[in-house]
Amino acid sequence: MASLKDLRIRITSVQSTKKITSAMKMVAASKLRRAQEAAEQARPYAQRMESMLGNLAAGAVGQDGAPALLAGTGKDDSHLVVVMTANRGLCGGFNTNIIRSARQMIRDLQAQGKSFKIFTVGSKCRDNMKRDFADHMVGHFDEFGRTGSSFAEAEHIGQSVTAMFEAGDFDVCTLIYANFVSAMTQNVTRQQVIPFPVPEVDEGDDVATGGGYEYEPSDTEILTDLLPRNLAIQIFRALLENGASEQGARMSAMDSATRNAGDMIDKLKMTYNRTRQAQITTELIEIISGAEAI
Amino acid sequence: MADTLQLDLVSPAKLLMSESVGMVVVPGIEGYFGVLPNHMPLLSTLRPGVVSVHDGITDAPAKQFFVDGGFAEVNPEGCTLLVDEAIAVDEITADNIAERRSAAEGRVQAAESEADRTAAEKALFIVEEMARAMSEAAA
Repeated sequence: MASLKDLRIRITSVQSTKKITSAMKMVAASKLRRAQEAAEQARPYAQRMESMLGNLAAGAVGQDGAPALLAGTGKDDSHLVVVMTANRGLCGGFNTNIIRSARQMIRDLQAQGKSFKIFTVGSKCRDNMKRDFADHMVGHFDEFGRTGSSFAEAEHIGQSVTAMFEAGDFDVCTLIYANFVSAMTQNVTRQQVIPFPVPEVDEGDDVATGGGYEYEPSDTEILTDLLPRNLAIQIFRALLENGASEQGARMSAMDSATRNAGDMIDKLKMTYNRTRQAQITTELIEIISGAEAI
Repeated sequence: MADTLQLDLVSPAKLLMSESVGMVVVPGIEGYFGVLPNHMPLLSTLRPGVVSVHDGITDAPAKQFFVDGGFAEVNPEGCTLLVDEAIAVDEITADNIAERRSAAEGRVQAAESEADRTAAEKALFIVEEMARAMSEAAA
């Protein structure tokens, strides 16, 4: 049985843990609000960009000389997996879920006999991926600002990815990140960005197939401009979604940690009081039986 | 009121405007063009310049935004402008421009590769266009 002193020490220690987790929860909650706003404001641009590109791509995809970012290299032997996690832990299953999905995908690729490369965003997944796939790591980025991701950072990642693609290092590029649904739910998403997935269109619809558009300057020029930018935008959106998801996951993780600490304190206090009472009773019995013996 | 068209002005950071308007004048890569309702489908890249939004009632533009480049899509549903950055013209200040200009000039000086230099010169060009937009708005 633990002594009273030991119990007291445990109680104070759990109490300070509780203070820390509840402070982290509140910080995460306020960061979440900002991150969520940013993610939601970036959505319209990314969606419209996708639909614009979809219209344009549907018309251009069949033609010769369509940009490689759109048409692909004609193979899918070599994959680039861009894994995005947070820089910090203590956010529940957030990092683990993303990494698990990435590992699953890599195993599938290995099973199909395809080669793969890994680009990591966020220090958590670099540390994890390094253990097993150190030879396949081709790039890393983790310098996002404390206040959230800026478009310039996404552009930077996009440029490195495009440069690798142009050098013929891979055929297909997939982003793995957590899509923000709510503070409680984040969905790990795999999104193929290279080659651009052309949406299915109705053949009869003139505008949707790109036939009805007039281009200024020309469709290929617009495409070569639009595609790298679309890549940056999709990465930017992924970064923001991930940022919001991270804070959401941290908030709920810290919320349950605070609750658990509270439960633990209650239990410890109960044991403490019981032990104290038992000690007092024993002392009293000793005194009384001592007095009776005289 | 006559016909209107749906205008969406979006930057990566946020949705700046999503309204029905009478007409919008857009800085296309090959010159400014006006978009009225039922304009033919068009895709164009944008040059740095001023987007003027007209409500279709008065002659003077209701709102003006400086944009630093992007894309415009006109389709039967309306007009979508995807821009990198947009600032309302009446919010541009001389200080703001001076700050951007010195940053851009610094980049031109510091440019090491050809690509760096081109990007930096483009940034400087954007600042000049911005200054012009401000002085025109003031005039």
